[in-house]
Amino acid sequence: MAINVKVLDRPIPQTSYVRATISGMALTLKHLLDRDKVTIQYPEQKLGVSPRWRGTHRMLTTEDGKAKCVACGLCPTVCPSNCIKLVPGEDENGNRYPLLFEIDEFRCIFCGYCQEVCPEEAIHVGRHYENSEYSREGFVYDLERLMSQTHPVCEMWDPADPKGE
Amino acid sequence: MMSFALLQAAAAGATRTSSGLEILPPPPSGGVWFLATIVKMLITFTIYMVGVMLVIWAERRICAFIQDRRGPNRVGPHGLLQSVADGVKNIMKEETYPGQAYLPLFVLAPAMSFTTALLVWAVIPYGAPWESRWGTIDMALAPLPVGFLYILAIASLGVYGIVLAGWSSNNKYALLGGLRSSAQMISYEISMGMAIIPVLILAGNVSLSRIVSQQAGRGLHWNVLTCTIAWFIFFVSAFAETNRVPFDLPEAESELIAGYHAEYSAMKFSMFFIAEYANVMTSCALMSTLFLGGWDIPFTVWDNVAPHTFLKTLVTFAFFWAKILFFVFVFIWVRWTLPRFRYDQLMALGWKIMLPTALAYVVFIAAMTLGLDAAGIHPASWQYAVIMLAANIIIAVLLFTFLDKGRLVSPAYSRLDKRNLEKLRQLDARRARLAPAHSEGGAD
Repeated sequence: MAINVKVLDRPIPQTSYVRATISGMALTLKHLLDRDKVTIQYPEQKLGVSPRWRGTHRMLTTEDGKAKCVACGLCPTVCPSNCIKLVPGEDENGNRYPLLFEIDEFRCIFCGYCQEVCPEEAIHVGRHYENSEYSREGFVYDLERLMSQTHPVCEMWDPADPKGE
Repeated sequence: MMSFALLQAAAAGATRTSSGLEILPPPPSGGVWFLATIVKMLITFTIYMVGVMLVIWAERRICAFIQDRRGPNRVGPHGLLQSVADGVKNIMKEETYPGQAYLPLFVLAPAMSFTTALLVWAVIPYGAPWESRWGTIDMALAPLPVGFLYILAIASLGVYGIVLAGWSSNNKYALLGGLRSSAQMISYEISMGMAIIPVLILAGNVSLSRIVSQQAGRGLHWNVLTCTIAWFIFFVSAFAETNRVPFDLPEAESELIAGYHAEYSAMKFSMFFIAEYANVMTSCALMSTLFLGGWDIPFTVWDNVAPHTFLKTLVTFAFFWAKILFFVFVFIWVRWTLPRFRYDQLMALGWKIMLPTALAYVVFIAAMTLGLDAAGIHPASWQYAVIMLAANIIIAVLLFTFLDKGRLVSPAYSRLDKRNLEKLRQLDARRARLAPAHSEGGAD
């Protein structure tokens, strides 16, 4: 017998079902006829991503089509998930270049440290999110793959310019 | 061969009455009749199945539009083939059977709920009769003289599919859904049956073709105008009968997961899904037949007079479907507007409002018919229709004003009448006196 029902005496306009139904039907009809829909028709229509979006990597190249990377070894050092494999090489002029540069995109956590640390502004995380491959091996990007990517790159957050102006 | 002859005799009997005042030639005999029936069966079944498919598509598109989305628009033009894709997917899927389910009924239930919806179509006249070279071909599969009683009988069977599905699944949620459904459908079937009695009084017959021909004319004699309240009650009950929002308690997701079809998957689930929309179409067809003059075209008598050419059959057929589709749209529109009733509200609405109103309305219409008959006004005259319409408008205004005073949806969120309120307060006060320490522990 612990029923302690609080009974509220509500005014009629609040308890009328008929009027509420009619106004509700009018509202839904208005939306039904409204041509303005919120759906983004994805493959044809895309929402832009933030300029600071960090997606799959891209290696920038010099004018003569070579990778900007000088195989300094900073990015594999700073990489917290250890996903960058770098074997440095040196040509006859003493310029260092990467013999092997591989990024395992599955291991990568997209922190963007590699881009931040790179002295040559060679490796970048990209503003890109549509990735699909038929095998897991396809997600280990080699140097050639990284250089052939064309999507825009991430603009890192600059502490001196926090709003990005 | 015996039953064949009987069916033919039944068809002949209906044709004599279906034309109302004029007598149409008898239906064709033997082979032509048989062929015509098979063609009608094929047409009905095809249109019905394709119709269900399109209604499912329409439901998804309309609900999307109401929610400012676009809905399925990828498969085929405007997503029209979406249901085909879903059907193919469901056929390909694995059929699963719960370990504790009673298999014979578990398999039978989806078929039952679908078949009953389809069976009703046998007696619905969907076009003006065609006076062909071989005799009059009725545009109903089986123009039974007891058409309406047949519908009541078959419609009551519909609940079996759902209850058996709930029971044989051996799942408490499914069982609860099935039980709710049976309670709901039985309650609303009564008011539905009562709502149709005024129509039968006006038609003076239970044959559907007679009910249609009684409403034939310029649209003034449509039962929606002469029996507005009956139409309203039938309309509301139809929502309950088809388990659609706001009466979709048997499958209330938030309480019962999926209700009676919680254990069903693949094509068996799909059958329930099809059955729901089949039921919607059947209810809409019944509503059009009983209250909107069936295949009658308003504002003209072109479709009601001889010669009954095939063109008239086609045009009236189109009009009949236009009426059905309009009601289907209203069903969908209501579904995506109203929230679900609580169980006690559902029962209160059915037993305390719908049933007494329907009963009182039967008396009202009977009195009106008697009165107008005594005054010498012919039921087919325009004065008859106008007087009925005027009386209906008055009754409708009174009824809705009454219902609008917070009486449609009861307890908790509504007004309590003063006496009950006082009683509750006294109870509360007495309890507080008896056990002062206890009263704080109550659920507030």
